[in-house]
Amino acid sequence: MDKKKLVIGVIGSDVHAVGNKILFHAFTAAGFEVINLGVMVSQEEYIAAAIETGADAIVVSSLYGHGELDCRGLREKCDEAGLAGILLYVGGNIVVGKQPFEEVKKRFHAMGFDRVFGPGTPPETTINALKEDLGVM
Amino acid sequence: MKPVLLVDFGSTYTKTVLADTDEGKLLGTASSFTTVQSDINEGLANACAKLKEQTGVGEYAETYACSSAAGGLKMIAAGLVPELTVQAAKEASLGAGAKIMKTYSYQLTKSDVKEIDRLCPDIILLTGGTDGGNRESILHNAKRLSEMEKDIPIVAAGNRCCMEECEEILHGRQVFLCENVMPVLGKLNILPAQKIIRELFLKKIVEGEGLTKAMELVSGIIMPTPSAILEAMQLLSGGHGEEPGIGELMGIDLGGATTDVYSIAGGKPASVKIVYKGLEEPYAKRTVEGDIGMRYSLRGIAEAVGTARIASDAGLTQERTEELLSYLEEHKDVVPGDEEFLRLDDALAAAAVETASIRHAGTVEQVYTPMGETYVQSGKDLSEVKNIVLTGGALIYSDHVDRIGSYAMGNVRSPYSLRPKRARIWVDRKYILAAMGLLSRKYPETALGIMKREISYYGD
Repeated sequence: MDKKKLVIGVIGSDVHAVGNKILFHAFTAAGFEVINLGVMVSQEEYIAAAIETGADAIVVSSLYGHGELDCRGLREKCDEAGLAGILLYVGGNIVVGKQPFEEVKKRFHAMGFDRVFGPGTPPETTINALKEDLGVM
Repeated sequence: MKPVLLVDFGSTYTKTVLADTDEGKLLGTASSFTTVQSDINEGLANACAKLKEQTGVGEYAETYACSSAAGGLKMIAAGLVPELTVQAAKEASLGAGAKIMKTYSYQLTKSDVKEIDRLCPDIILLTGGTDGGNRESILHNAKRLSEMEKDIPIVAAGNRCCMEECEEILHGRQVFLCENVMPVLGKLNILPAQKIIRELFLKKIVEGEGLTKAMELVSGIIMPTPSAILEAMQLLSGGHGEEPGIGELMGIDLGGATTDVYSIAGGKPASVKIVYKGLEEPYAKRTVEGDIGMRYSLRGIAEAVGTARIASDAGLTQERTEELLSYLEEHKDVVPGDEEFLRLDDALAAAAVETASIRHAGTVEQVYTPMGETYVQSGKDLSEVKNIVLTGGALIYSDHVDRIGSYAMGNVRSPYSLRPKRARIWVDRKYILAAMGLLSRKYPETALGIMKREISYYGD
């Protein structure tokens, strides 16, 4: 069977490259085909890459606290670009300051993200979620 | 002595160069005016007669030719996402020496197909999807192209997993399957497509009416002229065997209708602090500015920099500049003779070189992030390139080629442009680059030797 394809990257003006590399290796080792856009990725770049590669999911990272602003409208743009229903994940330090994570999660779900992961999430958690959502045994 | 004749069939001139590959030297050059109406064979015969007068040689051991006659190689490129496979398809076509009539992204519509029929390109390059990626788009587009009225050759270089299906859909047409121009996201793979494009060009030219007779003379290679120039630049830059080249370079071919810019350079970000954005760039890159040229497109130059600047550079009033521009537009074959025209031509050439080089080179942008400032680069970084090579008919009459060439270097007017900071300026005075590109296929050493001797430089 073909490998499931993920487009990953760090959104906005965020240059945190280490976590991005770790996720790339962890997802690849877990059997996914990973298209890594690196750091400072715009919403349009995720979408362009997902269209061209026929990706199954977009996994957005954000470490610098501005994720909430950077992620706004991504789901709507995906719908507009013909990627309706594509799996959208977000994870990292995605909001400013210390806020109750349940509320943060709620806000990102409302923005159209299928799964929302807080700081310190091990890659395995995300991998298991991806396998479940994409129907990979 | 082994005289090899090299011919460049242009739309206004047939240019010939005679080289002796035994001695490794240039014997002579000659050109003859040809028009679309007049027979191209006549132009060649005239040029050869001039060569014989000059060198005493009238028999040739071998003859090779390149052509940009009848508008050159005209192509249409179709892909999926504009910044990705469409861009890759564009790079492939330009690098093969083509003129791009139009590009299409996403799904082709029925009216797009009608338009393609009307434009009637020589070749269509059909791309879309990385290997194993999007399938729907290229299959849809193949289906649409199967409804085309004209029988235009299609080079299919998209997602390898649906190439065979494309072939089935386009059954009965001239279809050429090829490796994907972008097999993996962001990675260019344009050489296989370029090889097929050049082969098709050769076939078209040989079968084409105007050149058939002339082609009987030609022993082998024929390619689009820009493709020959690109090969010459690569050889001049990289050298051959023991003989070193001049290193990374940027080349500018200033023509009457268009300005072509070439770069033979890596152009990767100079520091790890710079984030690179966009598609990978080809090492040997060509761009074409269709609105920048010394005669047919001189209005484009004036629009790009403003007539006021042309006027002040030429030391003329704005009114007088307007008058002269209009006159040149009406009389395209005027060879600048008097002082005013020469000054205007120099100013136009400088503005053309500046505009075209800015569009070719990459840019760097300073971005402020919560972690401090950082830099984002797109396109090629040519700032450390040390050589600028100028060619093109428009420069032959100028006495200020060094000054014109300096406009290809970075300056305060374009602080974000990654053009060469400090470079030596080389000039193809005898207009031999295309010929040397042809010669390089079989005699790279001779071609390199002649270029290093004949292409002169103006210090740095």
